[in-house]
Amino acid sequence: MATPTLPAELSDATSDERSLRRFLHGLPGVDQVGVEQRAAGLGTRSIKKGSKLQAIDTAISMVDLTTLEGADTHGKVRALAAKARRPDPERPDTPRVAAVCVYPDLVATAVEALVGTGIGVASVATAFPSGRSSREVKLADVALAVRSGATEVDMVIDRGAFLEGRYGQVFDEIQAVKAACGDAHLKVILETGELATYDNVRRASWLALLAGGDFIKTSTGKVSPAATLPVTHVMLQAVRDWYTTTGELRGVKPAGGIRTTKDAIRYLVAVHEVAGPDWLTPSLFRFGASSLLNDLLLQRRTQLDGHYSGPDYVTVD
Amino acid sequence: MSDNRISVAKTYKLYVDGKFPRSESGRTYPVTDSKGTFLANAAHASRKDVRDAVVAARKAFDGWSGATAYNRGQVLYRVAEMMEGRREQFAAEVAASEGLPSRKAQSVVDAAVDRWVWYAGWTDKIATVLGAANPVAGPYFSFTVPEPTGVVGVLAPQESSLLGLVSVVAPVLATGCTAVVVSSADRPLPAVTLSEVLATSDVPAGVVNVLTGRAGELGPWLASHGDVNAIDPTGAGPVGRVEIAREAAGTVKRVLAVPEDEPDWTRRPDIARLRRYLEPKTVWHPMGV
Repeated sequence: MATPTLPAELSDATSDERSLRRFLHGLPGVDQVGVEQRAAGLGTRSIKKGSKLQAIDTAISMVDLTTLEGADTHGKVRALAAKARRPDPERPDTPRVAAVCVYPDLVATAVEALVGTGIGVASVATAFPSGRSSREVKLADVALAVRSGATEVDMVIDRGAFLEGRYGQVFDEIQAVKAACGDAHLKVILETGELATYDNVRRASWLALLAGGDFIKTSTGKVSPAATLPVTHVMLQAVRDWYTTTGELRGVKPAGGIRTTKDAIRYLVAVHEVAGPDWLTPSLFRFGASSLLNDLLLQRRTQLDGHYSGPDYVTVD
Repeated sequence: MSDNRISVAKTYKLYVDGKFPRSESGRTYPVTDSKGTFLANAAHASRKDVRDAVVAARKAFDGWSGATAYNRGQVLYRVAEMMEGRREQFAAEVAASEGLPSRKAQSVVDAAVDRWVWYAGWTDKIATVLGAANPVAGPYFSFTVPEPTGVVGVLAPQESSLLGLVSVVAPVLATGCTAVVVSSADRPLPAVTLSEVLATSDVPAGVVNVLTGRAGELGPWLASHGDVNAIDPTGAGPVGRVEIAREAAGTVKRVLAVPEDEPDWTRRPDIARLRRYLEPKTVWHPMGV
């Protein structure tokens, strides 16, 4: 179970289930009032004019344009891919989004539509969104996504096992999925809305980082509450601490419920203040969102045109 | 009650999305009567209040335009009922704002209530008057129905604070459009009371949003806004109207043609205002299919 490259205190933690539990429960508790106050305080920071435009462009380049509906069609995925390539056709200088996020059976369509663009194709996998299935089925799900050409895999952890305290099982599963991913980046969805406490979020974050997740992601978007600022704060602290301990940069992806430019900018402020400016890049911070992109485009137009724009000027999706 | 009681001076707020928020800018300005005596403080709306109001109006548009014409008529009648209940308050505010004797103010309020009822009656009739079954030379049924244009920015008359206001707002609602209204700057109190009436009638939140402030400051933002479909520049004045028209050109808005000076609002209107906020939709339906 041990990962050889880690510093001693971390590789000890992963040597067996008891050490893992001892390590996770030994993490300092989260000051709930403090983290909520700090998140709210940073949320009031005013970003205007040139800085706002730059923040909007940064946010657009960090979007994982997502469609995870039962009603998804190949046509919808192709339309989404077209939007990812040119978010605002009237303004070709608009940055491209980071990736398109779809269900595994639609990955091939997305890959075909995005070939040569450098835009990633992310696929949810492991019995998304509940994660309630056998290990074999979950790994087959990952294999389908990777075989179809997904460059990023968004897995869900087994929240039931985590809440029952079977950390070893969650750890092994993440490692198994990581191995099945091959070259594809692995994002581990903690589904913080079901973890109940900030302490659990911190433990799950460390668990996912120890097991080799390249990104930790807040939510599936199917559970409310989805991403919140305080939860993202706790996760950003985890990746920052991971970096100071191991020297490795890992990413964070809040997903679900981020719909407006204002929200997105609040998250960017949090990234800058909690993790650091190094994380303000699409390779280390992403937004999982579907309707956020349209609002970012509208606000971008407002900044450039000097008057307010409206939803008639962007695509319906 | 003793005679030396100090009256409670009010600081009124805006009416946006069915709520009464302060101006985002935090600004207020004193409102005086026609002789310069202090009446109350009103919120001084900024461009961001315009932005919020347009978002609210857009959100409310689907529900309001999708409601049956009969239902809209009922809701507008209800507004008239509520105005009738506040007759004394309206009369006092009109008298103070416009410097009218109280009997004259009463008759202005009555005319305003009647105007509202008049437009309420038009909701389920306008489609029959402006729509048509078109005789066409082919195997088709062709018919034309008027549909509401969308969000309408209304710069309310500066002089006539109640009757003028009602005469420009009621037709917007009767067609199924939603409104962002900038009230008379120096005489905003009847508009504030009207928004209290709207809030306690059955008008859904966001269908009418009332901003108190300067038409010259807010008008251009409304006119250039990409999500506003029509604008009534009545309160902008002759110079302001030119700017409004220029700003509106970029987004091809309906800009209402209004007379140079404020018209005599007591005259019975025609359906010109209703017509301006409706877009004809013509449908060709193959026969025998």
